Amino acid sequence: MPTKMFLQGNEACAYGALAAGCRFFAFYPITPASEIAYVMAREMPKRGGICIQMEDEIASLASAIGASWAGAKAMTATSGPGFSLMQEGIGYASMTETPCVIVDVERAGPSTGTPALPMQGDVYQSRRGSHGEYPIIVLAPNSAQEMFDLTIEAFNLSEAYRTPVVVLSDALIGHLREEVVMPEGSEIKLVNRRTPEPGSGRVRAFLDEDVAPMPIFGTGHSAHVTGSTHDEYGMREVSDPKYVHKVVVSLRNKIQKRAKDIAKVEMEALEGSELALVSFGSVSRSASHVVKILRSRGTRVGSIRLITLWPFPDEAIERAAKEVPKLLVLENNLGQVVNEVERAARGRAEVAFLPPATVASIHSPDFLMRRIEELMKK
Amino acid sequence: MSLAHPLEKYIRKGTLPHTFCAGCGDGMIAQSFLRAVDELGLDFKKMVFLSGIGCSGWIPSPLFDADTLHAPHGRAIAYATGIKLFKPELKVVVFVGDGDALGIGGNHLIHAARRNIGMLVVCVNNMTYGMTGGQAGPTTPRGMATITTPYGNLERGFDSCELVKAAGADYVARWTAFHMRQLTNSFKKALGKKGFAFIEVVSQCPTHLMRPMGFKRPSEMLLWLRDNSIPIEKASKLPKEGLEGKIIIGEYADLDRPELSEAYAELIRRAGAR
Ligand SMILES: Cc1ncc(C[n+]2csc(CCOP(=O)(O)OP(=O)(O)O)c2C)c(N)n1
Ligand code: SF4
Repeated sequence: MPTKMFLQGNEACAYGALAAGCRFFAFYPITPASEIAYVMAREMPKRGGICIQMEDEIASLASAIGASWAGAKAMTATSGPGFSLMQEGIGYASMTETPCVIVDVERAGPSTGTPALPMQGDVYQSRRGSHGEYPIIVLAPNSAQEMFDLTIEAFNLSEAYRTPVVVLSDALIGHLREEVVMPEGSEIKLVNRRTPEPGSGRVRAFLDEDVAPMPIFGTGHSAHVTGSTHDEYGMREVSDPKYVHKVVVSLRNKIQKRAKDIAKVEMEALEGSELALVSFGSVSRSASHVVKILRSRGTRVGSIRLITLWPFPDEAIERAAKEVPKLLVLENNLGQVVNEVERAARGRAEVAFLPPATVASIHSPDFLMRRIEELMKK
Repeated sequence: MSLAHPLEKYIRKGTLPHTFCAGCGDGMIAQSFLRAVDELGLDFKKMVFLSGIGCSGWIPSPLFDADTLHAPHGRAIAYATGIKLFKPELKVVVFVGDGDALGIGGNHLIHAARRNIGMLVVCVNNMTYGMTGGQAGPTTPRGMATITTPYGNLERGFDSCELVKAAGADYVARWTAFHMRQLTNSFKKALGKKGFAFIEVVSQCPTHLMRPMGFKRPSEMLLWLRDNSIPIEKASKLPKEGLEGKIIIGEYADLDRPELSEAYAELIRRAGAR
């Protein structure tokens, strides 16, 4: 029997992690993400897992990565300022192909910003916050239910591709209370990382575009894990640019080759539309609300919601751009994803951007409808 | 008759010759550590080694034929914390430089000591940043001229042993690269401890400190380490003034307090884990 609970997005995220098999959670308190830790602190020991409050966010992700090498499905959760501190660890996890999940419940920024107000300011940071060239997967839930579902999905992708996965939420979704349906454990599809036969000695554990098995510490593989440029066995190779090329390209390909499967979007009423709203996360709730109203009035408006932000759903956007002449991108910021939409549309549709009337308070339906009508008259 | 070095079995194939400069203390410390492991008869496959970023990080990585994680600069102890908590049956050993442990990673060090989490941290204090070219660091003696303190270092160095002891570690000791036998014994003792163990080894960096310290040969640095050291028992009886600039060697703490991963296992039992 599935369980139904009335939960905050953050609580749903914690239950999602537990359902996904997360057994290591490290955090440092921060608004609006702390509720994830409250649930984990209470529930984790009951499942034989670890929940620890570390000295800062750097240590939180660091210990999660360490636990992952010890065999755990590991997660950390934070908001913008903490996410900034975690960038070093995200680069390390990408480089060392360490599965781990990082939840960023965004708040308004820059800097300390406004702790409890939502803003989608970390889109670029979630993709390129660490130095160098590396791949990452970023998912953007838009409801408490999706905080549950996409957290499980984040673990699955992370285990399948041995890569850090970010759940990019915001204060609105994190604190929103909604009914969440949690399927029976056995009904939830779970992915576990591939590992080599215990005791089989040294293995080719890195740089396989089809994802190498991960040699868990203590299982007899003498694994060598390093954030430095390395070969397939993890051994440092830091003088030859050919190795940098190999590392950077094979890590990128590992994710990019499967971008079509990974990158999910949700399309609503695109057929015959003159204009489509493109949105993600909290803002997509306004978008689909408005599309329903306008459609009922006969206005030909559709909606595209990005569930996966990175790898960017290029293909889906290009396809939509062929069908719909105008794309209006909505984000609760001054324009981040719009640049990607423009790129992916490849000139096949006109792309416009609409920030909210007041940043950190999402697009109100009235405001949105006025702007859409103006735009459609043009 | 086999000509293999008795400790060669611990060395990862293809990693020799190592990268330490001639006369560096790091090779001596590696040997002293492996001897301790050998004398204790520990299972190397149940040990995990973590490295900081710095010359001393190369002691286990890639040299030791065991699971090794070379962490970002300053973070090795934080990575180690996750490993130990999730798999307490593993013996976790961290090798860090003084810059790594006390500069960029100082926060992780004191918190790991406070938690008394079961790992051994070996801090190689060469009084400088070896790998990046001999800059001043948090243990550089006051007054020493380095490439970043050309007029002499204005700051006082940390006493890492007093710091870690105050933070709550179970085992704290300091030796120098001259005191190899004592160091091996101390490693043996530390490896048997449940809680957080910290050993500082004051070591020589001939490449960067020969000139600032006014020496001509690495061996002179070793003799200086010998002549500048005072056992902690003797030091406790001397007036403070006589100890300025001296290296006080010996055990600073030797306790058996509750260890974190054990306490956590107990919590899991109490929570009635399924
Ligand atoms: C975040 C970061 N900052 C700076 C560096 C550059 N760096 C590499 S090693 C090192 C210091 C090494 O000194 P220490 O930790 O004392 O080790 P030693 O080389 O002396 O053994 C520094 C500053 C780095 N790798 N990462
Ligand atoms: S630079 Fe100094 S510390 Fe580094 S290997 Fe050379 S002698 Fe040793």
